Amino acid sequence: MSELEIKDLRVSIEDKQILKGVNLKLRQGEVHAIMGPNGTGKSTLAYTLMGHPSYIINSGEVKFKGRNLLDLSTDERSRLGLFLAFQYPVSIPGVTVANFLRTAVNARRKANNPEDKGIAVPEFRKLLKEKMEMLKMDSSFAGRYLNEGFSGGEKKRAEVLQMAMLEPEIAILDETDSGLDIDALRIVSEGVNLLRSQNIGVLLITHYQRMLNYVKPDVVHIMMGGTIVESGGAELALHLEEHGYDWVREKYEPGFVSAA
Amino acid sequence: MTESTLVITRSRTQTIEVGDFQFSPDFSEPANFLLAYRMKAWEIFKKLPFPSETDEAWKRTSIKELRFEKFRLLDPSSKVETNIPESLTKPLADDIHGGQILLSPGRATITLDSDLAALGVIFTDLEHAQKEYPEFLAKAVEKTSSEAEDKFTALARALGTCGILLYIPKGVKVEKPLHTLFWAFGEGLVHASKIFVYLEEDASVTYVHESSSPNNLDGQSIHTGIMEVYAGPGSKLNFVELQSFGSNIWNFTHERVSVDRDAEVDWIFGALGSHVTKNFSDLNLIGQGSSGKMSGFYFTNQDQHLDHDTQQNHLAPNTTSDLLFKGALLGKSRSVWQGMIYVAPNADKTNGYQANRNLVLSEKARADSIPGLEILTDDVRCTHGATVGKIDIEQVFYLESRGMPRKTAEKLIVEGFFDPIMQRIPFNGVRNRFQSAIEEKMNGY
Repeated sequence: MSELEIKDLRVSIEDKQILKGVNLKLRQGEVHAIMGPNGTGKSTLAYTLMGHPSYIINSGEVKFKGRNLLDLSTDERSRLGLFLAFQYPVSIPGVTVANFLRTAVNARRKANNPEDKGIAVPEFRKLLKEKMEMLKMDSSFAGRYLNEGFSGGEKKRAEVLQMAMLEPEIAILDETDSGLDIDALRIVSEGVNLLRSQNIGVLLITHYQRMLNYVKPDVVHIMMGGTIVESGGAELALHLEEHGYDWVREKYEPGFVSAA
Repeated sequence: MTESTLVITRSRTQTIEVGDFQFSPDFSEPANFLLAYRMKAWEIFKKLPFPSETDEAWKRTSIKELRFEKFRLLDPSSKVETNIPESLTKPLADDIHGGQILLSPGRATITLDSDLAALGVIFTDLEHAQKEYPEFLAKAVEKTSSEAEDKFTALARALGTCGILLYIPKGVKVEKPLHTLFWAFGEGLVHASKIFVYLEEDASVTYVHESSSPNNLDGQSIHTGIMEVYAGPGSKLNFVELQSFGSNIWNFTHERVSVDRDAEVDWIFGALGSHVTKNFSDLNLIGQGSSGKMSGFYFTNQDQHLDHDTQQNHLAPNTTSDLLFKGALLGKSRSVWQGMIYVAPNADKTNGYQANRNLVLSEKARADSIPGLEILTDDVRCTHGATVGKIDIEQVFYLESRGMPRKTAEKLIVEGFFDPIMQRIPFNGVRNRFQSAIEEKMNGY
């Protein structure tokens, strides 16, 4: 049973303290939503867990499958079973979705067995076709350059496709719902639910309740000022939807006065 | 048909103090056309100064480190080394050859399908061409040659008889690609090669030429070469050139492709080897409605220095040229691309495109990219672009986050960078060679 455990994580970027002691425990099979206003450190948490070089760890610990995650390189974290669906995926000109995914799949196989010759092309094609059908993606998508000229919705769908292909144990979805219309949101959510049924753990970073209508969270956390200030069940997200964040600010930001 | 004027003057050379060669070529054979051509070139060579860094075209490529006094010519009586790697003799443009010439100084192994020979296709080395087809050789040389405008061109013409004549008669369509390999060897030698290609009206051919040498030699060697190509009216030429010289070679080449009325040339360059290269490649669109495409691939590492100087000369109306050169650099290597689109006053309705993209993969490598336009008429469409960039760390992070080790990620980005060039190459074998060059160079750093 994989488990991601974050203990008192403090992170800064360019000398600015962003995370001020984050604690969280996510088990495989669970969905945790992290909600909170802009600029509270949600994406910093996501990038830090994946090992982006711009973020400096000041203190704290992250355990994943018994390893200290923060000691591992980004690619090792991925191969260990961690996945990040990017809020703003970059494009890789000249590299097709299929070529990219095959290279990623082969990197995993090669890490397990240096003698591995890579996945056979027909086997790979079959697997990719299957996952693309699940996400209702047109087969021509595989031949397009990765994220190059993709619409917002296509980018998010491509992230979920990657997740489906790489079969992580813990996935962080960084605002995967933003920029999706209602149909795309449903398809992407169905994809996430399918993976969840295969016992994936999900850390779902979002601003809105709407994706949580499709992907029911076990736990909802509210992040503010670089820490998790409230945690509760699915009803906490509904409460936020109705009342906004002002009540949280009043409670945790000294001197905050509600405009209402 | 009258001769078109093809002379585009590059800046004049000036004298500087560099050494001089201590040899003279052997002109002792009985008089013949090729000998006269060579002797004339030697006289020109003696008069011209060596290029210097004050010449615009040579500003970024220095020959000061050449140890001039040490070079010698290959002694004709010496043993010729012909252990050409088998991998270089395989077809590149298709599964089969219509003909192949393995050319080393002092030796040529020639094969040509008998059905092509029966159609009048001449595909042979210069010694045989001089003996068996002197009138065709003279025709090809006279059609393409102008006054030698630089020292190394004159030297290439003057030295030896190592070279190729390819002549395709009117209307002959050669389906199977023809392949030549020039294999240099030895240390402290000056090698020269001369390649003449002549397509008569409505002829067509795919011609692949590779220049190569062993990669484990230390002492400097020079290769100086000329490539003179004429594509007659309505003809079609697919021309693939690969340069995979060893790391001791200083390579000086001047290539000129003249394209006549309604003819089409698809010209592909791959530059992988040599210590230093200074190459001039001129596309001369001399006939109305002619077109030429130039696609260049280069990848430098260690202390390589490759300098490509391209010229797209629109000398007739309704002509089209399209150039894309892409290069990646590693180590402390350096590349120079300097390109010019020239549109003559009479060349209305011209389309000219040029783009050069560079990906600099190491802190100490450097790419210079200098596009240029010189347009002397109004009704034209010309665009150019030049970029020098680095790998984006966000791209690397993204790929790493999918489990790829950094090197795999960088290699994938480099492959993607070169993809637009690969898309322009219709030959699997050539693409595979470029692919393995990327692999080899990326693995070695």
